[in-house]
Amino acid sequence: MKFKTFAAFIGPSVFMMLLFIAFPLVSVFQQSFYITQPIYDLVEVETCTPGFLTQTCVTETQSVPKLDEEGAIITQTEFVGLQSYRNVLELGRAWDAVSSGSWAAFQAIDFWKALRFTLSFTLITLPLVIGAGLAIAVMINSAAKSVRGPVIFISLLPFIITPVIGALAINWLFRGDGILTAAMEWYLQRDIAMFAQAWTIEILMMFYRVWHVAPFAAIVFYAGLQTVNQDSLESAIIDGASRWQRLKYIVIPHLMPLIVFISMIHLMDSYRVFEEIVGFSSQGHVISLQWLTYDFLVPDQAGNRSISRASASAMLTMIGIALLLVPLLRRTWRDHQGGH
Amino acid sequence: MKLKTLLAAGVVAMSSTAAFAGCAVENSVPLKSLSAGFEAWKAVTDAMGECGNFQASLDQEFREKQPEAFAAKPSLYQIGGVANATMIPLLNAGSIRPLDDLVAKYGQNLTPNQLIKVDGKVMAIAMMVNAQHMMYRSDILADLGIAEPTTWGEVLAAAEKIKAAGVVDYPLGGTFKTGWNLGEEFVNMYLGEGGSFIGEGNMPAINNPQGVAALETMKAMTAYMDPEYLVSDSTYVQQQFQQGKIAMANLWASRAAAMDDEAESQVVGKVVMAAAPNGSAAPASSLWWDGMVFASNMTDEEADAAFQVAMEGIDAEMVSANNDAAVWLIKGYTPGKLAAGAAATAANGAAPYPASGPMGIMHTVLGNGIADYLNGTKDASTTLADIEAAYMTAAKEAGLVK
Repeated sequence: MKFKTFAAFIGPSVFMMLLFIAFPLVSVFQQSFYITQPIYDLVEVETCTPGFLTQTCVTETQSVPKLDEEGAIITQTEFVGLQSYRNVLELGRAWDAVSSGSWAAFQAIDFWKALRFTLSFTLITLPLVIGAGLAIAVMINSAAKSVRGPVIFISLLPFIITPVIGALAINWLFRGDGILTAAMEWYLQRDIAMFAQAWTIEILMMFYRVWHVAPFAAIVFYAGLQTVNQDSLESAIIDGASRWQRLKYIVIPHLMPLIVFISMIHLMDSYRVFEEIVGFSSQGHVISLQWLTYDFLVPDQAGNRSISRASASAMLTMIGIALLLVPLLRRTWRDHQGGH
Repeated sequence: MKLKTLLAAGVVAMSSTAAFAGCAVENSVPLKSLSAGFEAWKAVTDAMGECGNFQASLDQEFREKQPEAFAAKPSLYQIGGVANATMIPLLNAGSIRPLDDLVAKYGQNLTPNQLIKVDGKVMAIAMMVNAQHMMYRSDILADLGIAEPTTWGEVLAAAEKIKAAGVVDYPLGGTFKTGWNLGEEFVNMYLGEGGSFIGEGNMPAINNPQGVAALETMKAMTAYMDPEYLVSDSTYVQQQFQQGKIAMANLWASRAAAMDDEAESQVVGKVVMAAAPNGSAAPASSLWWDGMVFASNMTDEEADAAFQVAMEGIDAEMVSANNDAAVWLIKGYTPGKLAAGAAATAANGAAPYPASGPMGIMHTVLGNGIADYLNGTKDASTTLADIEAAYMTAAKEAGLVK
């Protein structure tokens, strides 16, 4: 292909990538080093608010932002270096907690609490998603041709459901005396509260994520299974290999590139775990890094929001994902080199 | 359904709109409003709509949209619905106008109590108040011979008796959902102990004996509550009441009507509205008002029209048609038994919610930080110290603390 044709094909895509991904990223990166704040004046203000019959008036000193002639709030932007990162990481407190050997104190710091959950969520669901995906794919593959369509459709259903809706559905099944909690209570003959402690919520979240993502892995693996060399399988059968041995020595090595692919997608997705936190409203017990960024961004009632800390936290999340991907990328790189 | 019933229903529906259609002003200026979406706002904006050329947005996310929408030139909405706290960003940005001249011209029917004054100028018109107050099952308390509890000490004692009797799943309900709700519970308790949140120079001032006392009362409550209290919001507590699962709760006045809603509630007529229990100094509750503000960035003609239409929305006629939808501040309101709790709470001297910029931050960090104490991860003074530290970080970033 001529370079010109190539450029014409790829140009719009590169432009979009720059506009919608690269520039915002640069902007977030930059904002994480600056803070923008209004300039406040201290003013004595008398405020009168209704009681049920008469008003209450209070006079107090309030910080009121200065306005320019246009009526807009005057703001100043200041370079603060790594201050926002320090505010998010709270390294001083974290170090004190670690050196005094107190896990509880360490986990009382938002960022580290979120990191602990995010990492365990990501690393525990990863093998489960791959295992469940492979199992479903093998099941579809060995189903009779006539029922294969419906089986594929049914096993894809969880993946089609909108994540927040799916999380809410599981939430309602287990919340309070939800149907499934009531069923477990009846079976075990004891009172169960699934949302009263962190570990039960975490199990529900992981269960939900695996249930939701496994079909995607399954459909990719199923496509891979169609290209397994039938001759090798047949000769393995003739050699007396069991079903398990055929899976282990022929099918899985063949699917390895796909497994790496699914792992990468899953690491990237689940490190940004967010819907589960919102859907299960678990903030009191469990938070994730992505939720932390979101929480910084949500304005409180008085309209304050922490854009700089949100930017810093978003950058840290990106760095986290990049670090997690390193082993897999290295593997892909080695395979790539080996192939040529 | 039979044709006859359908026809009858149609006639009733038509006659009810006919009764409403009495809007004194014929509005010719296109107007829009943005407010929260609960029952009272629906009643008010419906009444405003009868004047014509009026479009209401009832939106639970209004507080995220309002500051930007009102700062636009011209403002995207002429009329805004706000409460104590949500007025602050609009006030700070100067995007709502003083109303003194409009009140003088068209506000004959307003009571002085309705005029929200900031620095001597009327900045908003209040229409209703809301507060968390005691609701309890009169049948259960009467059976067990418990008098109406008036302090948190008495509430906890009553909860112990109810637990021992085992008549309900959980003696107490509470809006303890992490975030805004949990923050508000602390605000109430802390005001009940007579504390103040922000000190000189916007410094935090909650790490004190009153703060510890407030936390300890909250922790004592959790022993009598559904163990999943950190996910329980107002609607959840309301449903627990309606399904007869709890006996007492400090719940919002705006939820009172739901207790007697025969379509949902199994405890119609059994829930009594009483004053918020006292802490050691004052009622453990804060008074909220809801009302209307008007954009700065619109023409004076638009402001004239908007104010007149708004007055039609909060007139005596609307109140008489929706008497129990809220605790109205408007002339013509007859407080029924559903409003008794809010009225008694105010009469006992409950403080207004101390809305301000720093308080917005304080409320957020409280809402995020208290769960650690209730979970048992931290003790009370560590929790409060950590909350103060989180406040300092956010307040410095916002420029409120040097």
